Amino acid sequence: MTRQENAGLSIQPIPQGAQDSLPVELEAPSGNPISEFLAWFGNLGIFFWQVVRAAVTPPFEFAEFFRQMDEIGSKSLPLVALAGAATGIVLSMEARYSLTRFGAKSLLPAAIVFSVIHETGPIITGLVVSGRVGAGIGAELASMKVTEQIDAIEASAVNPYRLLAATRILACIAMLPLLTLAADACGVVAGWFAQALAEPLSFHQFINSGFKGADFNDFLPPTFKTAVFGSIIGLIACYQGMSTKGGAAGVGRAATSSVVLSSLFVILADVVLVKIILIFFP
Amino acid sequence: MNTTDQILTKPAGDAATRQGDAGGNSEPAVAVKDLHKSFGSQRVLNGVSLSVPQGQTLAILGRSGTGKSVTLRIIIGLEKPDSGSVQIQSEDITGLTIDELSDVRKSMGFLFQHAALYDSLNVEQNVAFPLVHHKRDMSKAEQRERVMELLGDVGMEKHSQKMPADLSGGMQKRVGLARALVLDPKILLLDEPTAGLDPISSAEIDELVLKLQQEHQMASIVVTHDLHSAKTIANRLALLDKGEVVIEGTFDELEKSEIPFVKDFLKHS
Repeated sequence: MTRQENAGLSIQPIPQGAQDSLPVELEAPSGNPISEFLAWFGNLGIFFWQVVRAAVTPPFEFAEFFRQMDEIGSKSLPLVALAGAATGIVLSMEARYSLTRFGAKSLLPAAIVFSVIHETGPIITGLVVSGRVGAGIGAELASMKVTEQIDAIEASAVNPYRLLAATRILACIAMLPLLTLAADACGVVAGWFAQALAEPLSFHQFINSGFKGADFNDFLPPTFKTAVFGSIIGLIACYQGMSTKGGAAGVGRAATSSVVLSSLFVILADVVLVKIILIFFP
Repeated sequence: MNTTDQILTKPAGDAATRQGDAGGNSEPAVAVKDLHKSFGSQRVLNGVSLSVPQGQTLAILGRSGTGKSVTLRIIIGLEKPDSGSVQIQSEDITGLTIDELSDVRKSMGFLFQHAALYDSLNVEQNVAFPLVHHKRDMSKAEQRERVMELLGDVGMEKHSQKMPADLSGGMQKRVGLARALVLDPKILLLDEPTAGLDPISSAEIDELVLKLQQEHQMASIVVTHDLHSAKTIANRLALLDKGEVVIEGTFDELEKSEIPFVKDFLKHS
C-alpha cells in the first residue's frame, strides 16, 4: 500500500468508552506551579479511581496482598518499635521536667500514656512508614515502569492497578493500625522504663495510673486514623512510581517525591483527623 | 553448513516464496486502520493502516522514531490512538476498558525490545507468570511442565533458576519469547527481536521465531531495523516514514519500487 493510498482513508473517531481503556493524563503548562499541582492532583484522582475499580472487581490478588502485608508490616516493625520507644523515653524525660516544675508529677504516667496513644504513636508510625515504605514502593514501581515491566504485566493481560497498586495500598491500610499498636506499646513501656530509672515505680502502678479514666474513645479513633495515613502513603507512592518518566533519574525522583509528598499529606491529614476525632469522640 | 549459516545465507526471495503459506485470503487477524498518534506537539503516526492474516508475518521497517514501536504498542493497547481503529480477530479494541482488553490480550504474545523480564522473578517464574494468573485451574506440576517445554523450545531449560540479571541480552530475548508464547497466542508481536544482538544470536532468534511461527501458525508482526531479519521471518514488509506507510509488500516488491525513500532505505540496509 502506498503513501497516496493511505492518505485516501477516512479518519474514524475513537468509539465511545475509549477514554476508559487507559488512564487519561492531564497536562499543565510547565513553569506554572499552581497548574502543575492541580494537574498532579487531578491525575492522582484518576489513578485512585482506576485502583478502586480494579480492587473491587475479580480476580483478587490475595497472594500478592499477603506478600505486601509482610513486606510493609513485618519489615517495618523494628523501625516503628524503635521510633515508638525513643518517643516514649523522650516524652518521659521532658514531661517529668515540666510536670515537676508545676507540681504535677503524679500526672506523669497519664501524660506519657495519653500523649503516646493520642498523637505521638500514630504520627510517628505514619512518618516512619512513609519514609521506609513510601520510598520503597516509589522506587520499586518506578524501576518497573522505566524497564517496561509494568507494560509487560499489562501485555500479559494482568491489570497492573490490581496487581501492583491495589495490593500495596490495601496492605498499607491494613498494616498501619497494627504498626501503631506496636509503636504505642513500645512508647508506653519505654516511657515507664525512663520513669522507673529516675524514680522507682512498678510497671503495674504506672499502667494503672496512666490508663486511669481512659476509655476506648481515647484509644480506637487515634489508632484507626492511621488507616487513612496508610491509604495516603500507598496511593501517593504507587502513583509516583507508576507515573514516573525517564531512566535512573526518574526512579530517584519518584522515590524522593513519594517520601516528601506522603509525609506532607500525612501531616496535613492528621490536622484534619484530629479535629474530626475531637468533634465525634469528645 | 549449520542452521545459523543457512539462515544467514537464506535467499532474498524467501519472504515472497512463503507468502500465502497459510490463511492468505482469510479475515485478517490484526487490522489497523488510519492510526493517528501524537505525543504533545510531536506527531508520530499519521494515518497508518496495516493488516495481517492468520498464519502470516508482517515486518514493519523504518528509521528510528518513525512510529514502528508505537504502532505495536497501540495494537496491544499499551497506547491509545488519537484516532483510527485496531481490530483483533475482527473485534475493535479501541473502545475497550482495561479489563475487557485483558480478554483480548490473552490471545496475544508480546516480546519487548529489552525483553522486560520481571527482575524479582527467576526465568521459570517469569515464563510462568501469565499461567499463574490466567490458568488457575492448571496444577503447579502442569504449569511447570508447560514452562519447561517452552524453555526447551527456546534453548533455556538449563537456565530456569537463573535471575534475569544473570542472563545475556540474547538469553533474555529467548526467555521473553517463551513468556510471550506461554498462553499459546494466536497473535505474536515482536519489538526489535534482534536489536543489540551479535549476528549469530540474531540469526538464532530469527530461526527460533520462524520455527515457532511455523509450528503455531500465528499472525505475527515484527518491528525491526534489520532488513535481513525481516526478509528471513516475514511474508510481507511495510516501510514506515514520518508516521506513514510508504510501501507494503513482499521483499521483491520493495526491491522493484521506484520510490526514492524505499530505494535509499534498501541501499543502506
